[in-house]
Amino acid sequence: MAIKERMSGNEAVSYAIRQVNPDVMPAFPITPSTEIPQMVSTYIANGEMDTEFIPVESEHSSMSAAIGAEAAGARSLTATSSAGLALMWEELLLAASNRLPLVLTLVNRTLSGPININCDHSDGMGARDTGWIQIYAENNQEAYDNFIQAYPIAEDTRVHLPVMICQDGFITSHAVENIELLEDDKVKNFVGEYEPEEFLLNPGKPIAVGPYSVSNYAMEAKKNQEIAMENSKEVILEIAKKFKDMAGREYGLFEEYKTQDADYIMLIMGSAAGTAKQAVDELREQGKKVGVLKLRVFRPFPAKEIAEALKNCKAAAIMDRCESYNGNGGPLGSEVTAGLFYHKVNIEAVNYIYGLAGRDFTISDVNSVFAELEDMVVNGKEVEQHKYIRLR
Amino acid sequence: MRTDITKINEKTPHDRLTEGLMVFNGGTSKLFKTGEWRTNTPVFHADLCKQCLLCAPVCPDGSIPVKDSKRLEFDMDHCKGCGICANVCPFGAIEMKEGNI
Amino acid sequence: MSDYSLKTMMNKPERLAPGHRMCAGCGATIAVRAVLRGLHEGDHAVIGNATGCLEVSSFMYPYTAWEDSYIHNAFENAGATLSGVETAYHALKKRGRLPKDETFKFITFGGDGGTYDIGFQSLSGAMERGHDMVYVCYDNGAYMNTGIQRSSATPMYADTTTTPVGKQSNGKMQNRKDLASIIADHDVPYVAQTTFTNDFKDLHRKSEKAIYTEGASFLNVMTPCPRGWRYDTAEIMKICKLAVDTCYWPLFEVDHGKWTLSYEPKKKLPIEDFLKPQGRFKHLFKKGNEELIEQFQKEVDRRWEDLLYKCAR
Repeated sequence: MAIKERMSGNEAVSYAIRQVNPDVMPAFPITPSTEIPQMVSTYIANGEMDTEFIPVESEHSSMSAAIGAEAAGARSLTATSSAGLALMWEELLLAASNRLPLVLTLVNRTLSGPININCDHSDGMGARDTGWIQIYAENNQEAYDNFIQAYPIAEDTRVHLPVMICQDGFITSHAVENIELLEDDKVKNFVGEYEPEEFLLNPGKPIAVGPYSVSNYAMEAKKNQEIAMENSKEVILEIAKKFKDMAGREYGLFEEYKTQDADYIMLIMGSAAGTAKQAVDELREQGKKVGVLKLRVFRPFPAKEIAEALKNCKAAAIMDRCESYNGNGGPLGSEVTAGLFYHKVNIEAVNYIYGLAGRDFTISDVNSVFAELEDMVVNGKEVEQHKYIRLR
Repeated sequence: MRTDITKINEKTPHDRLTEGLMVFNGGTSKLFKTGEWRTNTPVFHADLCKQCLLCAPVCPDGSIPVKDSKRLEFDMDHCKGCGICANVCPFGAIEMKEGNI
Repeated sequence: MSDYSLKTMMNKPERLAPGHRMCAGCGATIAVRAVLRGLHEGDHAVIGNATGCLEVSSFMYPYTAWEDSYIHNAFENAGATLSGVETAYHALKKRGRLPKDETFKFITFGGDGGTYDIGFQSLSGAMERGHDMVYVCYDNGAYMNTGIQRSSATPMYADTTTTPVGKQSNGKMQNRKDLASIIADHDVPYVAQTTFTNDFKDLHRKSEKAIYTEGASFLNVMTPCPRGWRYDTAEIMKICKLAVDTCYWPLFEVDHGKWTLSYEPKKKLPIEDFLKPQGRFKHLFKKGNEELIEQFQKEVDRRWEDLLYKCAR
């Protein structure tokens, strides 16, 4: 029987961490993810879980210690946001290149400067080429469900890559919403025991981790890492299927909301997808053929699947909660359009930048975007390819 | 499967390398012969040696094997010829000769 | 450790295999071999390593010189990385996933760059948290791996590639950081400073004590670098002896807060004796630079007096 509760995103992920009860968690406080190590520490203090918590002196050290613990044979995780993730950057690459299946729960917050504590995706997007699987949540329920699926994906022998479970800072992490939780034993069974084949603490079977490599090996190692990332796509889908069988909730690489016959589709990621869906419901009532493609899995990037999903629409709005500073749009703008091009899908597309550093994004914004797409297609209105929403 | 590094070389295809370039074994460096670097070579005069073993810990390359508290011949596969051992020997039992002998 | 015998110690199986690519005459691997002899036979170890000469030379894929499990992560995080490994050990033991009768010890090696400088925060964190591990700094007094750049462990007036001696420069302008004291001020159970002595008893005793003292320990081992210090490779033991007998590198330990001098030279030699054989101090012996040597001597004396004071308390 599902347990009906009301929780914030941080509470939901912390609850899932308690249920999984990993071996080691090093963490360092940073808004808005701080509550996660706080809540985990409280669970431990109250004897409700027995993960070894390491109160490290920086995020660089939290990822370093997580790498050490995972290589040692312990299921490990950490949590962070924003500058914390940026400080980990070097270590994110090492977690992936050492093929360590650890998990990071990221509570998305903008990167400095200026220093600002609110949500955008610049932290997660900044880590997009570090070799981590990245899964984004729309709400607390998805953050919870995604976390439960994280270790089975990461630890699959076809993958052996670290997984980042992302939720929007404050909007998801701190807002209390209804949630359906799973029973502890169901979660434990689903995630299973961690049984690595080779690890540092295997008596009599020493291993060596983190070599210097001449170029004759390094390029091949990087390709192997890339293959693992490609493999992860089918594993993510397999785990989602198993999760559906257990929990009844369905997940894919992305969610297609009323896109079947849609002329105009908004591609969006994270909590703003909820706003977009509500706007679509209202526009549908007015007879507008609009839909939402909510991206869940950003790494591996499902370019082919997105191209397939968008190929029949007339125009797509590609929504970036992040600026790339490349003079040409945001990260989703670049990757989605490249995917459309490679798969010969020639539709109109506009890259919108929205919600930076916690700027509001509302139903009326979604309506304006769809209206603009329609104006562009029907009336031939010229629209800039790289537009800011709600910029003064 | 423990790593057999004799099956790994600079022509090995990517799918035959170890995951994350980890090595699932210890002490595999023994197969790399640093003795080729030598420009000077120690010569051991066993007759002069009093087995004090002062030479054994000072070797940066563990190339003075010890068994039953007695030093054996140099491990010429790995000795780099630095000459530290010859310098510490109180009995002149190690002589440095020019070249890689 | 009255029963120390070099002849018995040398029977122990080597835990650092030959075939590593350190330079001929390198001090770092002499230190590693000696530290690892401090492990009891039958005990396992996980070795950590900061990026540096030792790391790139001892695990060049697929050649690992380490007979024990080994992890290199990055330059600045050897302390944090081994914190994670050590914590994993407790987690796995607690959860019955490791055999009860198997013991692991945790030792990490970092050069002075990775320890005094870029890895300082990570080291400090690991020491403060009290992980049951030993951090060994092999201190050769500069960034040798990248080509002899100054570090905060480089002695004053040393000629390095970022403090080059020239018309307007006498080498490094600052004194070296006293890291052993700083770590001792973390109130960890055991801190020691040592280098190579004839029979390696001092280094052995301190290594064994550091490894088997519960909690965080720190060893600062001076490991001369023939390339960076510019002396003939064969001379390493002489250099170490002079460092100790001039009191440039005193041997001491801080055991649960108690400072003890491990060796006091019968006759304290002038600092020139240590500086003279090293090319990095050659400029100090030019006419007109006598004052620089005096300055150097003053600093050595000041630190030595300070150490004697601490040990007399």
